Amino acid sequence: MSAGGTTTTSGGRVRRGSARLDTTLGWSPRFGPGLIARAVLCSIALFVFAAPFITTVAAAFDDNSRATEFGFWPRSPTLLNFEVAAEKGMWEYLVNSLVIAGGGLALQMCVSVFAAYALARRRFRGQAFVLLGFLLTMMLPEEVIAIPLSTVLSDLPVVGLSLRGTVLAVILPVGMWAFSIFVMTEFMKELPVEIEEAARLDGLGDLRMLLFIVLPLCRPALGVIGIFGFLMVWDQYLLPLIAANDQGDFTLPVALSILANDFTVGPGVVLAGSVVALVPSLTVYFCLQSSMVRGIAAGATKG
Amino acid sequence: MAWAFLTPALLLALYFKFIPMFEGMRLSLFDVQPFLGDIWVGLDNYAKVLTDERFLSALWHTVVLGCGQTIAAVLLGFGLALLLEGQARTLWFLRTAVFLPVVTAVAVVGELWRLLYQPTENGPINSLLSFVGLGPVPFLDSPHTALASIMVVGTWIGAPFNMLIILAGLTGVDRTLYEAAYIDGASVWQRLRYVALPALRPAITIVVTLAAIRSLRVFTEVYVITGGGPAGSTEVWMTRVFSLGFVSNDIGVGAAASVLLLAATLLLTLSVQYVSRRRARR
Repeated sequence: MSAGGTTTTSGGRVRRGSARLDTTLGWSPRFGPGLIARAVLCSIALFVFAAPFITTVAAAFDDNSRATEFGFWPRSPTLLNFEVAAEKGMWEYLVNSLVIAGGGLALQMCVSVFAAYALARRRFRGQAFVLLGFLLTMMLPEEVIAIPLSTVLSDLPVVGLSLRGTVLAVILPVGMWAFSIFVMTEFMKELPVEIEEAARLDGLGDLRMLLFIVLPLCRPALGVIGIFGFLMVWDQYLLPLIAANDQGDFTLPVALSILANDFTVGPGVVLAGSVVALVPSLTVYFCLQSSMVRGIAAGATKG
Repeated sequence: MAWAFLTPALLLALYFKFIPMFEGMRLSLFDVQPFLGDIWVGLDNYAKVLTDERFLSALWHTVVLGCGQTIAAVLLGFGLALLLEGQARTLWFLRTAVFLPVVTAVAVVGELWRLLYQPTENGPINSLLSFVGLGPVPFLDSPHTALASIMVVGTWIGAPFNMLIILAGLTGVDRTLYEAAYIDGASVWQRLRYVALPALRPAITIVVTLAAIRSLRVFTEVYVITGGGPAGSTEVWMTRVFSLGFVSNDIGVGAAASVLLLAATLLLTLSVQYVSRRRARR
């Protein structure tokens, strides 16, 4: 998270009126009422945004979670909630989720890389039309097409196959994401053409050029579309819900509501499921944070 | 070559975006009966949507929720950005922690808040409220407080995202302007109002647009947290569409409502574009 990093563009040219001009509000680094006020506000912010997570984790490990209370530590630590959740099929749901997230992300990244290379390096008839099409899919909320998509999934036009109940019913629809195509395209446009021209003289074909020359240079952009793609696929809710034949096809986030509405188990069990569903997103987030900041900043300036 | 590389993306877009979109428009004009054949009904489905009381109340809830959480999340995000701006290691840590709600799957956030909103006296939030002498609030259990409770969750998810975009905008503000303002004796408030805010206008436009579009199509939070209840007090446009299309199988009417939502989204996006273009030209 370095987006807040403020660079002093003035250098030493103008006498710096102290560090107080680094931030818009002019927070002072020296001890005083200003610093205390900032520390108090920061603690409140930290509490509001992080405490719910800690409480959830604590309650998931707590035996006595029928009486869900506020706390940062389980009063009587136990793994019971996780065991009950496992009996209710939590690991099967997690496997569904991981297969879908892995497959969907791999497909999405491949599709984006190929499409972006064509858009960034070639001029061809109908390019504007293709760009417009991709832009349109970005303006089309996925919720809007939920009902017709479910009929399409159970009977693919022309091919006549039904994907319903298979992991492909979720993987294929998330395979094309205009956001990651655009991020990739913008990045590839910035790469110097000279390297490719030299490789072209050595007789490299388009596919090998992309895989061996361009792709290794794209690692920062791959990080960006990797983290956003993963979070996007993991966050899918309506799609796995309508693509499933029965509850056995659900992903973990969708299956949480089954645990929540199961009156034979306590509220601790759904929290155990939530904690398990939380782990992959947090892992990806902490590993690829800098990519994330870059991605959002890039998206923000492009509008 | 170009077309070969574009084929996967175009095929997927065709099959899972464009065909469903046109299929949805087609379905919205029919009375859809599986196995019996569809009957052409013209605009009857649209008329049904626009005169259905539950749809009208869902529309009202969507607008209230959207306006409320958009305004709250933008203001809170702006405040957080001003508070957490800076290069210190502690601030970096705080930004990382505050951003957690954005990266968490919405369904998980929903379950988290269902725990926090326990209506009993020893529920997490209620036990905090009792510290300051406020009685147990029913939160999700009462039609009077349920929508506001969902609005809080939406704000909680939206504010950190807005914070990050506004922080990126703040990085772009020329620091020499702050120095100039300081030398001219401008107060902190004046610096914020006349130097930072004008520079942040593009960032704030983006943040408001994204939040407004997101709240028009809100589904997962509401579906997970209340499912539209109690007594329909939190039913929004998409939960209504979902129950028509997938529970009561009234596919034609559901499709018509979806098309209306698409129209509203496009209208909103295009009018924001138009207004910001015009302002930029001036």
